[in-house]
Amino acid sequence: MKRTLEGIEEQFEMFQILNEDGEVVNEEALPDLSDEELKELMHRMVYTRILDQRSIALNRQGRLGFYAPTAGQEASQLGTHFALEKEDFILPGYRDVPQLIWHGLPLYQAFLFSRGHFHGNQFPEGVNALSPQIIIGAQYTQAAGVALGMKRRGKKSVAITYTGDGGTSQGDFYEGMNFAGAYDAPAIFIVQNNQFAISVPREKQTKAKTLAQKAVAVGIPGIVVDGMDVLAVYAATKEARERAINGEGPTLIETLTYRYGPHTMAGDDPTRYRTEDMDTEWEKQDPLVRFRKYLEAKGLWSEEEENKVIDQAKEEIKAAIKEADNYPKMKVSDLINNMYEVLPSNLEEQLEVYKEKESK
Amino acid sequence: MAQMTMIQAITDALRTELKNDENVMIFGEDVGKNGGVFRATEGLQAEFGEERVFDTPLAESAIGGMAVGLALEGFRPVPEIQFFGFVYEVMDAISGQLARLRYRSGGTQNAPVTIRAPFGGGVHTPELHADSLEGLMAQQPGLKVVIPSNPYDAKGLLISAIRDNDPVIYLEHMKLYRSFREEVPEEEYTVELGKAAVKREGTDVTLIAYGAMVQASMKAAEELEKNNVSAEVIDLRTVSPIDLDTVLASVKKTGRVVVVQEAQRQAGIAAHLISEIQERAILHLEAPVMRVAAPDTVFAFSQAEEVWLPNHNDIVEKANEVINF
Repeated sequence: MKRTLEGIEEQFEMFQILNEDGEVVNEEALPDLSDEELKELMHRMVYTRILDQRSIALNRQGRLGFYAPTAGQEASQLGTHFALEKEDFILPGYRDVPQLIWHGLPLYQAFLFSRGHFHGNQFPEGVNALSPQIIIGAQYTQAAGVALGMKRRGKKSVAITYTGDGGTSQGDFYEGMNFAGAYDAPAIFIVQNNQFAISVPREKQTKAKTLAQKAVAVGIPGIVVDGMDVLAVYAATKEARERAINGEGPTLIETLTYRYGPHTMAGDDPTRYRTEDMDTEWEKQDPLVRFRKYLEAKGLWSEEEENKVIDQAKEEIKAAIKEADNYPKMKVSDLINNMYEVLPSNLEEQLEVYKEKESK
Repeated sequence: MAQMTMIQAITDALRTELKNDENVMIFGEDVGKNGGVFRATEGLQAEFGEERVFDTPLAESAIGGMAVGLALEGFRPVPEIQFFGFVYEVMDAISGQLARLRYRSGGTQNAPVTIRAPFGGGVHTPELHADSLEGLMAQQPGLKVVIPSNPYDAKGLLISAIRDNDPVIYLEHMKLYRSFREEVPEEEYTVELGKAAVKREGTDVTLIAYGAMVQASMKAAEELEKNNVSAEVIDLRTVSPIDLDTVLASVKKTGRVVVVQEAQRQAGIAAHLISEIQERAILHLEAPVMRVAAPDTVFAFSQAEEVWLPNHNDIVEKANEVINF
């Protein structure tokens, strides 16, 4: 019997609601969002675009450390997040700082994370999240655990986690989804396919035509979404959340998106592997442009409103950087004290040594 | 009191903690209905239900990741890695994640996780079942590494490990599972983590050991006694952190030390311990501190275990070398 892959691709056609001109192309899938909610979504996307621009500038001035640009992924990052509730738990990758901020992480702490200060990871009570995961894939197996924990507690909440296209090649990516599937745990697995893992194009990661179809391997639903269309991203996540809290298990969502900037600010140069044509093509897809058009046609958005958001973002970023500047420097004794609930003998001894040094 | 093997003492500790704390969860490959490949979790699923004691798909990395996630939801996970040679699959989840959770969150999150795993030679297991890899774990800040050598300690240390609010690696030597019985109290009790035990008092030489090498050292001490050499035997019980107070008190008394491990010479924890001794007690030493350890090869093919694994004769020989230095 000849085995073929026919029929697989049709199951993973891209889900879209708004086209690049901001026109609704899928009326029946249109999510039920109030005018205020629609405006709030736009507000968050604009704010996050400014945050990205300012973060890149601050990084260049040496006022921020590790930074992974987010421009282009606003619909993917904030559309998924907008479908969540406060009690949902986020397990972000290193590029997913915006979701944390909109989940309640104070901006100055996000900046301290970038600089490499532990206070940046001391999330306020009630901000249900882990700090950004640097080990690609680890967040997926951990999400399975958080989700199973929620199920055992009888909570009506979900664990959501994010990785990129490259991350789908990791073993933990598969294992995490497989465990969540086996336990029917309320998890949402997001793959933000921004076309490149540093310099390696998505085609080099796998021969699979979509990343969403990797869900088939673990027996859970998968969907490809236009990741530049915030309404489609929101609708897909909302549906996955409903399924999850109704005990129907996890979902894999692939968002087709793009990062306009480099991989990180640590010396990556995208001109080595990306063409200008490619950038131009994806800039036409800009999630802000199409959603702006959509809202303007509905009379819900204006240049004035947008400028207000921009001014507010710039002002808050300035204040947050100042607050980060003023935060006390770390001492070795702080680092030691954060290791265990009760210090073992070796650290007790080292704590004394460093306290002595610090008192001079 | 009841006569128990080490494996029974372990099951008893697990049962005690499942009863005591509803957040305790046991999971791993075949630990549920099957009761574990060594019967360590025998009867626990029947008694406490599938929500508390359950099987996982066959993937160590995700078992570790799940432990992190469940800890974040307030559970007290006690996952099992079927054989510690399989730890390589889950090194990130343990060393890269669990061990760092409290630190990376600035103390706002923690992982009260106890990872149980069998290891150890002498029972002719297939490849990568018996390897002594405690040295890898002992090098990771954020972990504690516990290795009991007898049923009484096994129960008390496991209860302490489970109650600890930071991750503990609890390694069970396969050869000790059923090799002897001992009086073990039926009620709950704890043995403090990070505390060694003086198993035998002596004045001429200190033998410091852990795991199956404790019994070998006791046997060696008996042999040495026949030649009027009085050996003190210390069972470390926790190999990270090491109880230096107990070690140094003995070193200062005897002035001569042999550190005994089953792991290869380049592995284990002996080198670290010797370094601490020479930094802190060199003026009390009559001879260099020496090591009994396995050869620096990959763990022996099972038929070669007998010639490869360190035994009491190697300890006697090394003790005499130190005494006659």
